[in-house]
Amino acid sequence: MKKAILAVTVAAAALSAYAGEGPGGDPFRSAESAVPGTRIDELVLAELTARGIEAAQPSTDAVFVRRVYLDVIGTLPRADEVRDFLEDTHPDKRAALIDRLLEREEFADYWSLKWCDVLRVKAEFPINLWPNAVQAYAKWLHDAIRANMPYDEFARALLASSGSNFRVPPVNFYRAMQGRDPSTIAAAAALTFMGVRLDGWPEGRRAELAAFFSRVAYKPTAEWKEEIVLLDPSAMTPLDAVFPDGQPVHIEAGEDPREVFAEWLTAPGNPYFARNIVNRVWAWLMGRGIVHEPDDIRPDNPPVNPALLAYLEEELVRADYDLRQVYRLILNSRTYQQSSIPRSDSAEAETLFGQYPVRQLDAEVLIDALCGLFNSRESYLSMIPEPFTYIPDYQRTILLADGSITSPFLELFGRPSRDTGLASERNLQPTDGQRLHMLNSTHIQKKIEGSWRLRQLVETSKGDTERVARLLYLHILSRYPTAEETAVVKQYFERGDVTRAEAAADLAWALINTKEFLYRH
Amino acid sequence: MTRRAALRRGVFGAAALALLDGKRPVAAAAPADTRAKSVIQIWMWGGPSHLDTFDPKPDAGSDYCGPLGESLATNVDGIQINAALPRLAQQADKYAIIRSMTHGVNAHETASYIVQTGRHPDRLVYPCAGAVVALFKGYDQGYAGIVPPYVVLTEPQGRFSEAGLLGQRYKPFATGGNPSREPFVVEGIVAEGIPDERQLARRDLLHALDSLGRAMPGNEQFARLDACEENAYGLGEARRLFDLNVEGDEMRDRYGRNTFGQSCLMARRLVEAGVPYVTINYKGWDTHKQHFEIMKRKLPELDQGMATLLQDLADRGLLDSTIVWWGGEFGRSPKVEWGAPWNGGRQHYGKCFCSVVAGGGFQGGRVLGASDARGEEVAERPVYPLDLIGTMYELLGIDPDGPLPNPRGLELRVLPEPGDGVPSGGRLSELI
Repeated sequence: MKKAILAVTVAAAALSAYAGEGPGGDPFRSAESAVPGTRIDELVLAELTARGIEAAQPSTDAVFVRRVYLDVIGTLPRADEVRDFLEDTHPDKRAALIDRLLEREEFADYWSLKWCDVLRVKAEFPINLWPNAVQAYAKWLHDAIRANMPYDEFARALLASSGSNFRVPPVNFYRAMQGRDPSTIAAAAALTFMGVRLDGWPEGRRAELAAFFSRVAYKPTAEWKEEIVLLDPSAMTPLDAVFPDGQPVHIEAGEDPREVFAEWLTAPGNPYFARNIVNRVWAWLMGRGIVHEPDDIRPDNPPVNPALLAYLEEELVRADYDLRQVYRLILNSRTYQQSSIPRSDSAEAETLFGQYPVRQLDAEVLIDALCGLFNSRESYLSMIPEPFTYIPDYQRTILLADGSITSPFLELFGRPSRDTGLASERNLQPTDGQRLHMLNSTHIQKKIEGSWRLRQLVETSKGDTERVARLLYLHILSRYPTAEETAVVKQYFERGDVTRAEAAADLAWALINTKEFLYRH
Repeated sequence: MTRRAALRRGVFGAAALALLDGKRPVAAAAPADTRAKSVIQIWMWGGPSHLDTFDPKPDAGSDYCGPLGESLATNVDGIQINAALPRLAQQADKYAIIRSMTHGVNAHETASYIVQTGRHPDRLVYPCAGAVVALFKGYDQGYAGIVPPYVVLTEPQGRFSEAGLLGQRYKPFATGGNPSREPFVVEGIVAEGIPDERQLARRDLLHALDSLGRAMPGNEQFARLDACEENAYGLGEARRLFDLNVEGDEMRDRYGRNTFGQSCLMARRLVEAGVPYVTINYKGWDTHKQHFEIMKRKLPELDQGMATLLQDLADRGLLDSTIVWWGGEFGRSPKVEWGAPWNGGRQHYGKCFCSVVAGGGFQGGRVLGASDARGEEVAERPVYPLDLIGTMYELLGIDPDGPLPNPRGLELRVLPEPGDGVPSGGRLSELI
């Protein structure tokens, strides 16, 4: 760690120009795009141009590197990673970085977290998966994402597995919900894999879908909290059912209706399956679904850009349900890489993706970023139900599998309760309590004051305030300061009534409280 | 907003108003002449033994009572409580004991949910009483206190999401810190070690370095964040509110110099300042093992803090408008487990337990319902959590049968209807 910091120190000092900056010292916007236009851009621009909306300018390298780390791996780039990227002169360096990030271990960490939200992974009330099953389920999800399991296979495993909740972890899909009746299961399956809220469907269609889940049985074992999910062995009759698209199907006795449903759902051309997931991925990366909200797909809530949605669906099927390919397409587009600073006053500029939307960091990502910057740790534990769960304090918060294990910080910053699986459970609206906490709590103040890394950075900079500014900007905001910002910092250090260490702590405090830090932008 | 306006609005008020999504639920205002204005909930996290507190069974013998087998006459004829609570015995005219609470659930989380929401688990997660009060007596009705309308001393319960489907806006403000320490460090409000002048200087630094904010002047998200910051900086009054030293040593000693005692004093100060709902999250009652050793330590603390709170509220004329609600998620098994590994422990017991209510329209000096000779079964007048919460809502002017506005726009009622399958013994008309 020490080595890395020193390496950055030297390189930063050697840099004469501020790399990653746009014209006129603009840290956020570039005059020219660093990447070629793609099919996504054509489709987005077609909608924007039709309404006379001008898309935002391209982002600078510095904005891009921070954004893509946060979006793809839920992790702040280290200072040396930022510097390396800014100094890299290859014309395709953005695409290369995207490819590297998609292979990082943290990709699986961060996207497991997102999937655990969708799938309500939680040991306690009201989901009651219990700790052992939570660990098994979360590990299975992590492994599947890490191995890039094709998405159709992933869905089939969750929908059609049978066996023990400890040994066949995907069966926990049928346990992670607030009820075990066919209609509750149908609602969870529809929300997860079709992006549909079943309470909006007419009674008859709801019952048709529930029929596919009418033969799910649960059986306890002699092991504490172990449970087998299986096809109801007492169901000896054939079943006539109707798929959500209106097609009837005859299911023989002994055949598992869940498998029949999963086959229908994941067949190419299914009207719900690919559409739901590409819309979700788009919403995760672009802050807003093409159908918004991303889990409320219905005929009277049409996509704002149908051609774009259709294109992404086709690409997913063409890539044999390789989700990373869809990430790659979106991340490499100019649309994703544009600035968050709008060029149009139109409200549609945001809904039609004419700028990258700013949004608050996820609670888990924020606390990890703070811990990483100031080399501090958070500890999590659960005293009930037994067995006690202790999480080692060096483990990052994005890896916290169990939604029941929490902290006042995570609660305050809008972590979802994982009761429903709705995307809107994650609350990214600022609150007064959050602001109080960031500005004035001992929790945050202690992280800053207790940071050996910050102390070391000040000490090794001797009396060079510019260097302190450059390093703190690089670590915290993933860019170098502008000339004006450097001047402001120098002035603060020269006030005289605070020590250099205090001034550096205040600068760190100020930077983590800027919008630039608190928001993805 | 000017700084002065922010101060007047208090630490939290205005930003909440800025959170308009078009989806903000709006509750009907409570009628002005309701008796209760505030609730202090003493949440006995873990489940306190009913036998060792307000429902003693001295005749059941030591298999049931262990060393706590004595009862004590109170200042109300015919009412006895456990002799371990002598100060509370002198306050019995102020509270009513419900000895027939029941729901039959022995799991912490589910029982906590039932006791605090009046609901049984189904596909939705309903808000607990504190969040419901924050909805009906909070910002939406013009609440302008200097701290949020729902405060928890000192840590959130964390076992279920208090606000349920109402969402973040109705979650409690958890103070953090410890009111029996010096100073009481309320997270975000009382910062240690940064002088005011440096606070102001670094704030200017922050604003000078807010480059992205300046590049996007019209951004709504950022405008909300700025409003939150304005409010957050209205610190002066809130800091004073949380400063227990202004109460003086004598008052602080009366409550007991421990976390619970000082939390009771803090709760009284919050209610005086108009906060409608305060929960004291009193931990440590889940005593499977070493039960009696723990009781020996905790009961005197409970006795002193709660008795002083009742007397102090009454002395200040606040008891008429403040409901004090004491209870946990269940009671504890009446028969003591003397064998290994418990060695004198009590287990979870949801079949029969007790709660205590005082003030805000509840009549003191009464006992409602009864348990059997050993406290194992409800003997008369079962009271379900729904009944207690419904009565509390009525006293607060919240219609238990009225609609529960919610961000998802679902048609819901504040409490379940008779047909919803949640058992009820009827509202506590005997106590009002």
